[in-house]
Amino acid sequence: MIPILFFLFAGLAIAAALLMVTHKNPVYCAIFLIITFFALAGLYFLLGAQFLSVVQVIVYAGAIMVLFVFVIMLLNLSEEARLPAGRSYQTGFGIAFAAILAVQLLVMVAAGTRLIGSLTGEAPASGTVEKLGATLFSTYLYPFEVASVLLLTGIVGAIILGSKKLPKEQ
Amino acid sequence: MNAIPLDYFLLVAAALFAIGVAGVLVRRNALIILMSIELMLNAVNLTFITFAARWQALDGQLFVFFIMAVAAAEVAVGLAVIISVFRLRGTVHVDEINLLKG
Repeated sequence: MIPILFFLFAGLAIAAALLMVTHKNPVYCAIFLIITFFALAGLYFLLGAQFLSVVQVIVYAGAIMVLFVFVIMLLNLSEEARLPAGRSYQTGFGIAFAAILAVQLLVMVAAGTRLIGSLTGEAPASGTVEKLGATLFSTYLYPFEVASVLLLTGIVGAIILGSKKLPKEQ
Repeated sequence: MNAIPLDYFLLVAAALFAIGVAGVLVRRNALIILMSIELMLNAVNLTFITFAARWQALDGQLFVFFIMAVAAAEVAVGLAVIISVFRLRGTVHVDEINLLKG
């Protein structure tokens, strides 16, 4: 059962990611990215990270992608979709460098194959809310507080940057 | 046959990261570049969770938790920047946003 689910989610994630990068229309790109996030949530669940799997759906597929779709609608990018796709040498170099990086990463992972075990049918370290919360509020209390300050700064920064006032021409 | 080698997950993460890099390098729309960055962050999250499962430790999962918080802040600020750039220049095409080029 687990191998079927793994190949389903992995194939879905990679296919949707490829479509996201290649599709012309930003709205479809956002929707393909949402599909990728759902597939990744499934992979997290297979790895025993139940809480993070749910958070992935709520925060990424929910909040962050809603923000993206909102901005796409706000900017009215209908004519942006037909823009030239960049100069041809840019595309060529981009694909070439990404391919080099992909080969490097895949070879590196494949070289370390025997050092890593397998995910068996039994439950791995389960990331339930209880266990994660106990660690988060003891060992990682300070990073937790810093993250809350960071989110507050992000809110203030987004409001100031997004507010209507344009800089005055001097 | 009820076992998946954990490095299959790492291979998926590597492929997703490379696709994200290709998106950043090839696409010229600032919104889609930001989406590709999100894709790369998610590939890294998958690696963290894979190793958390490998070592039976929750620390990797907590790092993913913090990465998600940082990604949320990053997207909020990034989209605000894109909106104000669009108001000023009327485009989100990164080749045309070249004010500093003189």
